[in-house]
Amino acid sequence: MGLRRLSPSTTLRAGSEHLARIALALVTLAVPLAVAVAWWGANRSPSAVTIHGRVSEAGGWLPGTLRAVVGSPLQLRLVSDDVVHGFAIGRSDAAPIDLPPGQVVETTLTFDQPGTYTFYCTRWCGPDHWRMRGVIEVSGSQPAAPEVVEPLYESLGIDIDAPHPASAVPQVRPSPERGEALGFEPPEGFRSRPDFIARPPAETWQSLRLDPSTRGLSESQVWDLVAYQWRSATTDAALQEGQALFAQNCAACHGESGGGDGVIALRTPEGVAEAVPAAGATHLAGEQPPSPADFTDPSTMLGASSALLQGKILRGGMGTGMPYWGPILTEAQLWALTDYLWTFQFGETS
Amino acid sequence: MAETHTPRSPFGSIMTRVDLTRLPFVRSMLVARGPQLAVQLAAVAGLLLVIAAGLLGTPVGSRNPATVLVWIAWWAALMIVAVPFFGRLWCGVCPLPLPGEWLQRGALLRPRGRGRGLGLPWPRRLRGLWVQNAAFVIVALFSLPVLTQPRLTALLLAGLVLVAIAISLVFERRSFCRYLCPVGGFIGLYAQAAPLEVRVRDPRVCADHTTKTCYTGSADGYGCPWLVFPATLTSNVSCGVCLECLRTCPLDNVAIRLRPMGADLRRSTPIRIDEAFKSLVLIGSALVYAFVLLGPSSALRAAAAAVGSQSWLAYAAGFLLVTVVLVPGLFLVATRLGPSVGSSHLSAKEGLQRFAPALVPLGLAAWAAFSLGFVLTNASYILPALSDPIGLGWDLLGTTSMPWAPVGGPLVSWALSAIVLVGLAWSSRQVRAVAEDLAGGVRMALPVWGFSFLVTAGLLWVFVA
Repeated sequence: MGLRRLSPSTTLRAGSEHLARIALALVTLAVPLAVAVAWWGANRSPSAVTIHGRVSEAGGWLPGTLRAVVGSPLQLRLVSDDVVHGFAIGRSDAAPIDLPPGQVVETTLTFDQPGTYTFYCTRWCGPDHWRMRGVIEVSGSQPAAPEVVEPLYESLGIDIDAPHPASAVPQVRPSPERGEALGFEPPEGFRSRPDFIARPPAETWQSLRLDPSTRGLSESQVWDLVAYQWRSATTDAALQEGQALFAQNCAACHGESGGGDGVIALRTPEGVAEAVPAAGATHLAGEQPPSPADFTDPSTMLGASSALLQGKILRGGMGTGMPYWGPILTEAQLWALTDYLWTFQFGETS
Repeated sequence: MAETHTPRSPFGSIMTRVDLTRLPFVRSMLVARGPQLAVQLAAVAGLLLVIAAGLLGTPVGSRNPATVLVWIAWWAALMIVAVPFFGRLWCGVCPLPLPGEWLQRGALLRPRGRGRGLGLPWPRRLRGLWVQNAAFVIVALFSLPVLTQPRLTALLLAGLVLVAIAISLVFERRSFCRYLCPVGGFIGLYAQAAPLEVRVRDPRVCADHTTKTCYTGSADGYGCPWLVFPATLTSNVSCGVCLECLRTCPLDNVAIRLRPMGADLRRSTPIRIDEAFKSLVLIGSALVYAFVLLGPSSALRAAAAAVGSQSWLAYAAGFLLVTVVLVPGLFLVATRLGPSVGSSHLSAKEGLQRFAPALVPLGLAAWAAFSLGFVLTNASYILPALSDPIGLGWDLLGTTSMPWAPVGGPLVSWALSAIVLVGLAWSSRQVRAVAEDLAGGVRMALPVWGFSFLVTAGLLWVFVA
């Protein structure tokens, strides 16, 4: 075995090389390791659930189903992976939370009742925005509150999927102000809110027209009475809330003026597929759903009762592209929105 | 300290070259490997952070360091500061080829034995810039998704590192940097304008030096990794400023010098046709990028991003048409018109070879202006991305929620225009000088001036209109 004698400068160089290698090893190991540990720690933390939001065409909420226990805080780390989304719990008073792209927003939810809660996006993030929903299944010792209350349209036996042509339409846009100015006392059965919401306006008009008490009124004046009946059955606050809900949830498809001409509805499938390639794999690849309802068209609108409209909003339109809002909107919100829809038939056009 | 030459530059003979390596401190810092390695390790750390953030962090391009640091911060620093003023200095610390180079050498510092790898020479047919030109065009076609998607950025960078490793283990020295790197050719072309050069002090000393350690290597350093014999260097195009020749020259005949800007642009010999083509492709690319990224058409940006769609195919066809056909074709026409009105007679090839270097200032100005516009618009993304580098909700710098705020306002477009106009003036002067060298006079320069004005007008339209 021979012994190799190293000069001092050679030893120094070898030492430098070793130091350099140690430095390189530290850099190449430390950076990825630190990133991986931080990432793993954040994503595996039992104390918080990270929810990623993506446009529906790219997956929507991930994960889409969460579990929680009554009374136990549920910590959420919300992050949008693409565009601005909003996060809100359906049928809740809590204000929506905006999610700027790429920024983590933390929130904590505590449920006091077991049941299934829907969380949803509150920002028009894409053509299939309304599909961006998820559920939180909340368990607890007490029994879950009954979720399904028979909707009014069912108890009234209304087939909300059937066509509802109006049996009569006005020649002049009905005005609740003119109806009120008539100083007419409506007959029994036309005075209360239940009277209004159960019957289509065209049917109400025909019944009033046949009532002896309206014999001295013109057809238009009777339509004004119908409009006045609607206005008497709702409130300014409900109409304002309905207007806000319509702008937030409905206008993109139905249009701000209710004409069924919202920006999403006007986009062709090709245009949507171009803007959001993943959309080509969804319903847009198949048959184009019917156009959104035109609330300004009296020939169909006046043939629908408020109960029917509320049912459509609640349950959604089968095969029409109309989302279901039952898990999202409270009963009061549903009716406020329904009341607001009549502004497209009655009152001043604006 | 200073050596005085008669520089052939647009700034005339009032400028002298300043030999920085005559300053003992500077020389010792450059010769020592420690400082360079420290910067290289920092660059490697940055690269690893960028790749990790790109793969694990948020997919939102404006919030991820992969896209923000690379395509906003690094790119702007490269195009506005590093290349115009320091040439290829970045190549000396670029982290992409380092893992391959270290594996090839089997060392991080001085040579230690034979190293690893086959050490084959790069195939003769693939030498020159043609492969690099193709690599640039291919990357450019997919640039918008890469610019905006952190994962693609991370995969591109990791892919380049892996390719560089493979090339380093099969072929000799830095064949990857010299013949393949899509950014390397770009930097090399515009490094000609930089006021910094690595040159031998006296070529006669090299001629008499029998061992040529600057090329063959010695115990103090490696033979030129860029496959260049320093004594023949006449431009910055192929010199990677790796400093090895400074370490291996036993005769202290290698210098790093400050010089007049653009001193490389009037070489006594015509440039190669692939280099000329590169110059034109880059001018065309600057035009397309400026129009797509800073222009008014969101539909065009959407088309450039929708890789694989019909609209992207149309965009790709347009990109190729402009960069590979239209701009080179127009320039060819301009150089052909020149001789016909001038008194000189040049072949088409010679026209390209002679006049193309004159476009370097205009091309550099176009890229610098475009990059300045891009960084001023998007610089406010940098601090939020650094404050939460992997999208975990951190606020390391207290800037996570800083809103996007473009910098500069309406003055930006005028600043960008001014940069391009300076480039035009500089190129125009170069064009005239080339025409005079060829005894063609102003008439010979006219068509090439026309071409330059056309390019400038296109850029000004984007910046101002």
